Amino acid sequence: MSTATTIVKPVMPERHYLNDNYGIRSWLLTKDHKRIAILYLITITFFFFLGGIFAALIRLHLLTPNGELFQSDTYNKLFTMHGVNMIFFFLVPSVPATLGNFLLPIMIGTKDLAFPKINLLSWYIFVVGAGFALAALVTGGVDTGWTFYAPLSTGYLRTHVILLAVGVLIAGFASIFTGLNFIVTVHRMRAPGMTWGRLPLFVWANYATSIIMILGTPVIAITLILVALERGFHIGIFDPNLGGDPVLFQHMFWFYSHPAVYIMILPGMGVISEIVTCFSRKRVFGYSFIAFSSIAIAVFGFVVWAHHMFVAGISVYSALVFSVLSYAVAIPSAVKVFNWTATMYKGSVKLDTPMLYALAFIGLFTIGGMTGLFLAALGLDIHIHDTYFVIAHFHYVMVGGMVTAYLGGLHFWWPKITGRMYPEPPAKLAALVTFIGFNLTFFPQFILGYLGMPRRYWAYPPEFQVLNVLSTAGASILAVGFILPLIYFAWSLKFGEIAGDNPWQAAGLEWETSSPPPTHNFDKPPVVTKEPYHYGDEEADGVH
Amino acid sequence: MSTSQTTTDHHPALAHQFDSMEQQQNASTFGMWVFLLTEIMMFGGLFTAYLIYRIKFYPAFVAGSTSISVSWGFANTLVLIGSSFTMAMAVWAAQRGKRQMQVWFLIGTMVLGAAFLGVKAKEYTDKYQECHIPGHVIGKGFNTWGGCSASDNKLGNIADEIREKDPNIPEGAAKQTAHQTEIFFSFYFAMTGLHAFHMVIGMGLMTWLTLRASRGEFGPQYYTPMELGGLYWHFVDIVWIFLFPLLYLISRHHHGV
Repeated sequence: MSTATTIVKPVMPERHYLNDNYGIRSWLLTKDHKRIAILYLITITFFFFLGGIFAALIRLHLLTPNGELFQSDTYNKLFTMHGVNMIFFFLVPSVPATLGNFLLPIMIGTKDLAFPKINLLSWYIFVVGAGFALAALVTGGVDTGWTFYAPLSTGYLRTHVILLAVGVLIAGFASIFTGLNFIVTVHRMRAPGMTWGRLPLFVWANYATSIIMILGTPVIAITLILVALERGFHIGIFDPNLGGDPVLFQHMFWFYSHPAVYIMILPGMGVISEIVTCFSRKRVFGYSFIAFSSIAIAVFGFVVWAHHMFVAGISVYSALVFSVLSYAVAIPSAVKVFNWTATMYKGSVKLDTPMLYALAFIGLFTIGGMTGLFLAALGLDIHIHDTYFVIAHFHYVMVGGMVTAYLGGLHFWWPKITGRMYPEPPAKLAALVTFIGFNLTFFPQFILGYLGMPRRYWAYPPEFQVLNVLSTAGASILAVGFILPLIYFAWSLKFGEIAGDNPWQAAGLEWETSSPPPTHNFDKPPVVTKEPYHYGDEEADGVH
Repeated sequence: MSTSQTTTDHHPALAHQFDSMEQQQNASTFGMWVFLLTEIMMFGGLFTAYLIYRIKFYPAFVAGSTSISVSWGFANTLVLIGSSFTMAMAVWAAQRGKRQMQVWFLIGTMVLGAAFLGVKAKEYTDKYQECHIPGHVIGKGFNTWGGCSASDNKLGNIADEIREKDPNIPEGAAKQTAHQTEIFFSFYFAMTGLHAFHMVIGMGLMTWLTLRASRGEFGPQYYTPMELGGLYWHFVDIVWIFLFPLLYLISRHHHGV
């Protein structure tokens, strides 16, 4: 190797996973986790923008108080399709199936996931499930809300509930297969020297997510099967007219869907842990606390579900227990936030685009998490339950948190995935626009909810209009922030600067192989001899 | 290595992402257990819902349970336990590379599996004729007070059965309990149906394993697919071991309470 005195212009490796093979078959029949990650990336990008269009239409409708743009039925369909699209076809697979799929095997130093065929199958299952959802959409949409509450879903509505439920059910198996693959890979495929205590925090986060995926998803599967059976054969499992219990549906639904929100945030936290340490040039603060807080969130996540049901007629004692347990989730979440902050303290912080997103995440996630505690408080929840306060809280965590982390991660690893850098100035602009647009969209919704505007309503009293106009204005800015990366990422594929193996001087096995990596990830099987995040050791290394 | 002397320890079934057959087998078996964990959660959701309704509508669950044939259910339990034995033997034969034996034990497993599904089909047909299929989509609609067939008024009359056991129960109450058995039968069909669906998938797996075993692919070096197929089959068997008492044996020991 040449010394650092001469700047060597980085070159593309001659052979890598992108040019190893050409043609549509080499993509559709690939067993390479990196290519499957790209397939997922393209698919969920489509669903992100589709869900975004529904969101834009909702916001457009709410510009005026009297519901002038859409019929109330159409409006119900819009928010249902927005929720289903974004949750099941974007947020759940977002980081795990794309960045996780691409990076997890490389980060632990193996050639592929344990079951490459199941990994490819997972994508096909996802596409089939998505096909069902799209079929439900083009044949008229569904208006149950993304929660499929019975007996609304099982009896009263005449839309294609079964079609959409089956779509979500099928897509669920895609996430089970991803989770299964990750768990086995982390347990059985780590490179020599890659001990559990040296696993990157991104891997820990995805591991915790996988636990939720394999334990939670089967429960939503059986719940949706029962809904479909009840609807198709008119049997009474959840419909009180037929002897069923609609609250049982809510228990079963939230047993998955609450942990599922941790499926949607934990991988994002993993991304932030990687970015914050790299751009602070400092060893991560409290490695084992961050690692185990991921597992703690996964475990606590399974015992808090009834906080969605405080006003659904559950007993006051169980409500009390679920309220206390919900507060407990704040502990591991706060551990993460404090440790990221402590990592930055006295670090040499560099404000490149990924770091901008990471900083946005820390702030927005904190607001989103804290307002979650408002909702977990029994008395306060009665006032703000089912209002825009819930919508704002949820979007602060899911958009301000997960989408921000997803974009940050995409920028951070884009040079690794494509071998080329994205252009820095428009990327910084996009991060700024996203941050402003996001806050303008969702902060007014906290106030709206606190003042009593219910969610899912097609019309609202005129005194709420100013805040709604602000929110809609914010949404249009946010849209610009999301479209910009699409443009410059596409541009960089051809015109971006060659990145080189390690453009960020980051630690981690993924930066030791070429960009883009070869098909088998490493030319020589790696052996791990260093602790993770050895950023402090650089000066010592630089001497030689 | 440039020379091909070391290729003897590279088994043809070793996938590229693994370093050794041992690692491959470990990973595959571990993956199967994780998958079975998801299956437990899936059936677990159904079992939980069952238990809640069983507590809520206990008399109706007793009435529904007594109306289904415990002897057929018991026969099927024996059949499935037998199939688990033949499956275990097939795995044993695979570990020792006994080709003929694997094939015959797999065929035995499939025959027993088919017998189980046959009995299940017979039981479902009975329910159809008794009008005990919940909802009004399949058959003539759910009916438990003798309105089902014109020729035999007694067929499937659960209300009468309740009163035969305890004449003190008024007719109206007996009819109401009989009506509530619909939710029992909803679970009966959902649970046994999901189980039977797993059996059908298992039969497909057995066919595939028989094909591979007959080609002599399994031996002491490599029998992972056989072992995983076995794990799956035993799991489906164990689900039935729970289903049988939960559905067929509710309160058989003390009548009329």
